[in-house]
Amino acid sequence: MEKTTKALQPKEKAEVTTPAEQTRPGRAFTPAVDIFETDKALTIVADMPGVKSEDLDIDLHDNILSLKGDVTPPETEGEWDLYREYETGHYIREFTLGRLIDQSKIEAELKDGVLRLTLPKAEEATPRKITVKSA
Amino acid sequence: MIVRRLSSWPGLEWRNPFGELERIRREMDQLARGLSRGAASAGTAGVFPLTNLSEDADNFYLRAELPGMKSEDLDISVTGESITLSGERRIPEEEGNATYHRRERDAGRFSRIVNLPDKIDSGKIEAEMKNGILSVILPKAEESKPRQISVKSA
Repeated sequence: MEKTTKALQPKEKAEVTTPAEQTRPGRAFTPAVDIFETDKALTIVADMPGVKSEDLDIDLHDNILSLKGDVTPPETEGEWDLYREYETGHYIREFTLGRLIDQSKIEAELKDGVLRLTLPKAEEATPRKITVKSA
Repeated sequence: MIVRRLSSWPGLEWRNPFGELERIRREMDQLARGLSRGAASAGTAGVFPLTNLSEDADNFYLRAELPGMKSEDLDISVTGESITLSGERRIPEEEGNATYHRRERDAGRFSRIVNLPDKIDSGKIEAEMKNGILSVILPKAEESKPRQISVKSA
């Protein structure tokens, strides 16, 4: 079966206007995420271009998962803009996790500006088949 | 009874004398707000990927955000004074019966031509993909570089 790939549409980044003030200067944007769930884990994949591993901060407390990625603008001193279609800024997003997640086993991988967070489900949350014995 | 005549328009005798001015001021404010939201809102070409073009004395710099893009899926070619970026952004299939709760990332083909304002030295172009950001350094041709002109004092 032929799979025709559609043309990508450009999307402007959604700027964050949080009530909490940013401690770092610069704009903040919400990264686009895909969230999906399998039997074993919940996975969050976020687009955070320009973020290096050392500038990524993943924090979890009170069941709130916060992702913060710092981005240094790539423009050097002597450059001047001819036109800008997107702005550079940090990436911030927060999620509330339910009690399903085993918080001690969260794994994170950052590659090519894409963050992949695997949140394994806690033991009691993985579906278990219960066999019914017939009398 | 004194009738203030504001203009020669009929029926305008006793209106709020600042009504028109208020309306104009409101519209100017809206216009200014639209402009100050940043170049991004005014100048989007409407084509993926969104790019930023900047220059310094020696080079042009073209940057685009392409997270998860592999170099082999990206094709850059230069003709004259235009640079073409094309390729396909893939999102790998997930195994294990995944149920999606949210899907905000897009995948698909793209092709875009960016026109450069000046001649470039096409033999020395460098392109780098790092952390999902594509940076293309396009050195200017000799005649495009700014030349200092010394002023002789008489």
